[in-house]
Amino acid sequence: MRLTCPHCGDRDLREFTYKGDALALSRPDPAADSKIWDDYLHNRDNPAGVTRELWYHAPCGGWMVAERDTTNHVTTRTLTLAEARS
Amino acid sequence: MRYSGLKVLWEGLRGQSGWAPVWRDPEPKDEYDVVIIGGGGHGLSTAYYLARNHGITNVAVLEKGYLGGGNVGRNTTIVRANYFLPGNSEFYSHSLKLWEGLEADLNYNVMHSQRGLINLFHSDGQRDAFARRGNAMINQGDDAVLLDREGVRSYLPYLDFDNPRFPVYGGLYHPRGGTARHDAVAWGYARGADSRGVDLIQQCEVTGIDVEAGRVTGVQTTRGAIRAKKVAMIVAGRSSQVAAMAGMRLPIESHVLQAFVTEGLKPCIDHVISFGMGHFYISQSDKGGLVFGGDIDFYASYAQRGNLPMKEHVMEAGMALMPMIGQARVLRSWGGIMDMSPDGSPIIDRTHIDGLFLNCGWCYGGFKAVPGSGYATAHLVATGQPHETVVGFRLDRFATGVGLMDEEGTGSQHNLH
Repeated sequence: MRLTCPHCGDRDLREFTYKGDALALSRPDPAADSKIWDDYLHNRDNPAGVTRELWYHAPCGGWMVAERDTTNHVTTRTLTLAEARS
Repeated sequence: MRYSGLKVLWEGLRGQSGWAPVWRDPEPKDEYDVVIIGGGGHGLSTAYYLARNHGITNVAVLEKGYLGGGNVGRNTTIVRANYFLPGNSEFYSHSLKLWEGLEADLNYNVMHSQRGLINLFHSDGQRDAFARRGNAMINQGDDAVLLDREGVRSYLPYLDFDNPRFPVYGGLYHPRGGTARHDAVAWGYARGADSRGVDLIQQCEVTGIDVEAGRVTGVQTTRGAIRAKKVAMIVAGRSSQVAAMAGMRLPIESHVLQAFVTEGLKPCIDHVISFGMGHFYISQSDKGGLVFGGDIDFYASYAQRGNLPMKEHVMEAGMALMPMIGQARVLRSWGGIMDMSPDGSPIIDRTHIDGLFLNCGWCYGGFKAVPGSGYATAHLVATGQPHETVVGFRLDRFATGVGLMDEEGTGSQHNLH
């Protein structure tokens, strides 16, 4: 599996670390209800199909959001965090 | 048909002409008392114990593929009860006791082989941790022996004891640990359930779960609607998709765990060996293949195949631990899809919908749990109350933070186990 770093281009999986679902970018308000925090921390859509997830690229120190199909490991798009948030 | 040595001999003498299909292939009925979604190890054992322990036989097991075609046929077949935390410890202890009586109970040879499991350690601190684990296992009533370096050498003389990074200091020996024939476990439970009247319905995918006024009323399938008083979702590997049909969003992320087998060799590895520091474990099958594996690939996946970095890592760890396996050629590698829960422990519980039950989150420990899980899930479905061995396997422990069972001590978050 190869991933495309938005800064460095196509790179081998070994250079990347997986963080998890990209919902980590939408952290709830600290005062939010515990149900919202439970959803954020634990519950997942966990799709068998295209997912949005956070990866870290160690050589450049950049975080990115990858849109990847969990059934065949094909990454269709990667975005910098700034792009992902906008 | 009862199996026996005499029967095998007799059939051998008359050209194997007297064997009959082991289970029926029934059409689904309109209604059942209990519908079990998932014909894997856990679903089949649940059906078996519903019939055997509770006399509930108007049961259907719905399987979208073929029986035992998922993770029960894709694992590395290890059976053990060496857990540390209360909650897990009594569950796996109970499951191992069921394993020990399983072949007689099922009248089926599951090739359960208690060849002993050795967890290696490589530092003083790790020795202390394993001594503590061993004490917990003994307190649970199971067996554990702390071996020093020479003790390990007496069992496993072929290890590289002086590996510069991970010299072998000793091991925690669990004599009752071992392996079993994974497919036979599924087949034995299937046969036992079928012979007690359970309908095993293959090629029948559940496409919807019917709920009326907060109570489950049945399922929609590719072979029509089936009404049911109770429904159990036992589909580790696809739990999120099935639970979504009931409007649930589970604390599960699916990951791929790879395994490997070499060409058949003469007997050389007599035990199950776990090299935790290298995320490597190995045993030798009765056919002679070395069966080994490592850690999950650590990204979400449903692909049932992994990537090269973890393959390299596993091979390197194997070579570091036992260089003698270097000339064995790998025949196959494959991946299974793991329901990874945040704390690394499973879930057997009721849901917010009356009559709908959930069994999931087995991470990479589901195979050895098959008897205990089915026993406890059947108890839950039949009585509505959790069996005493699974009171800790609650779905709400993540929301409340009460009763988390983080066996590895790495934190109760996704992607840490």
